Amino acid sequence: MSAAAPFAGGAVALAAAIRRGEESARRVAEVVLEEIAGADDLLHCFNAVTSEEALRAADAVDVAVAAGRDPGPLCGVPVALKDNLCTRGVPTTCSSRILEGWRPPYDATVVSRLRKAGAVIVGKTNLDEFAMGSSTENSANGPTRNPWDTSRVPGGSSGGSAAAVAAGLVPLALGSDTGGSIRQPASLCGVVGLKPTYGLVSRYGLVAFASSLDQIGPFALRVEDAAALLEVIAGHDPADSTSLAGEVPPLAPEVGRSPAGLRVGVVADFLVDASPACADAVRRGADALVAAGAAVEDVAIPELLHGLSAYYLIAPAEASSNLARYDGVRYGLRVDADDVATMNARTRSKGFGAEVKRRIMLGTYVLSAGYYDAYYAQAQRVRTLIMDAFRRAYERFDVLLAPTSPSVAFPIGAKSDPLEMYLSDLFTIPSNLAGHPAVSVPFALGEENLPVGVQVLAPALGEPAMLRVAGALERAAAPDARGPVRPHGAGAGR
Amino acid sequence: MPDALSHDEVAHVARLARLELEDAELETYRQQLSHVLEHVEAVRRLDTAALAPTSHPFALENVLRPDTVAPGVARDEVLAAAPAAEDGRFRVPRILGEAP
Repeated sequence: MSAAAPFAGGAVALAAAIRRGEESARRVAEVVLEEIAGADDLLHCFNAVTSEEALRAADAVDVAVAAGRDPGPLCGVPVALKDNLCTRGVPTTCSSRILEGWRPPYDATVVSRLRKAGAVIVGKTNLDEFAMGSSTENSANGPTRNPWDTSRVPGGSSGGSAAAVAAGLVPLALGSDTGGSIRQPASLCGVVGLKPTYGLVSRYGLVAFASSLDQIGPFALRVEDAAALLEVIAGHDPADSTSLAGEVPPLAPEVGRSPAGLRVGVVADFLVDASPACADAVRRGADALVAAGAAVEDVAIPELLHGLSAYYLIAPAEASSNLARYDGVRYGLRVDADDVATMNARTRSKGFGAEVKRRIMLGTYVLSAGYYDAYYAQAQRVRTLIMDAFRRAYERFDVLLAPTSPSVAFPIGAKSDPLEMYLSDLFTIPSNLAGHPAVSVPFALGEENLPVGVQVLAPALGEPAMLRVAGALERAAAPDARGPVRPHGAGAGR
Repeated sequence: MPDALSHDEVAHVARLARLELEDAELETYRQQLSHVLEHVEAVRRLDTAALAPTSHPFALENVLRPDTVAPGVARDEVLAAAPAAEDGRFRVPRILGEAP
């Protein structure tokens, strides 16, 4: 496919070719913009494509290279951004009508870091409104389609970013992960998706959903590229009070290191609730790690299964507070009324979609007088229970292995019951509650010939061991289980 | 098994959340929220008496920095993104019950 041609060797190799002057950033940007124009009417990965800005940034990279300067580690590499990351002067909508037309007056820290690293930002990708969902169907702009089967969802909430990388439209993208919103779409789209340790990446300029859980992370076709992008965005930021102090160690070199000697626990409790192909991929991944010299055994951590219920009390509670700021006063939509209270209520009722309202209602309820202890405080204690269970497991294991998603990509419209949709996050949520890193690596083709990811979980700041195992899984994976894939309907083959 | 939410409870929550919902919407949310609360009932019953609540993945501490002057976001740019502004401030409809 032509889109993949400039970066068939991956993002790191592309940056090196541009740095050496063998490839021009301008040509790469033009190819990418043309491919997006050709594919996105069908896929709808993008809320906005920033062609002019992208070409300007690409030209600046080419000028720097010609002058003998190094534009940075992502020299000329096109990157897509989830549309909940603030971009100065470029609309940032969170796929919500309430932020329609809002142009942030500042860049998110990850965006400034990308610019400084020489990356070329090509657009803003579709998401479930305010990142609330697991299918990218809850978007005011309509759903994104999965390039592996365009009648199916790409997962969510970072579905636009995952599908854009899977279709070969961009080599790299950023998403955000509050309960699995990077890893689950990565699994459903056959790409790598990584949620870093809480605090490793600054959230300054990420539109807040649930502040004790949100984390920004990379999508790529290869583990090494995801690690390289993480290296660029990670690191302390004084503008985010939850940002961790300390140096970030080199991460990309870990990907090629052998996992020999690492202790890997297979989360047996999760295999029961996964589809046959999703469970089988974990078993075969475990076998591959044994063959590579890791020590693998099953571990029972039944406490993790309580994560889903705790999450769907904690995340809506935090969301109901975070989303109080959309009141028609400072940004976005206002529905006029004679008094401010009516204006607030009408603006919010018109501006928010059904799922966002549902979560605000749920969160408001569990925080309200008389229910706080029974629901919210209890969920916070269950969060401690889960963190304690993880701590015990990580005394015995360096990393854990689990399915990412209970199933392959499901058809658009298939999950109309909210609770059924929430169950998509069963295996990803515990890492968010604990603030731990986790990555989904495309590993096999499952039901309906759709991609299946295997998830590697690690304790806080355990990215190095996690990436070693992810790299080993990637080397053992079925080569046809990852993108790029030409967008097609059901059963049409690649 | 918890009691399902009542119509009045859901209407009260909508008011607290500053949402204006039609009766049909309230009924949909009543059913859906009741369903979710039913699902979390197992977690509500866990014995957690010995556990402290966790609000955050790691202990938060006050973060201090030197109080030095640095450029911030320009006021006019912020106000330009607002639905209505006047005299360097956000403009809103009347707040109290005074005559307009």
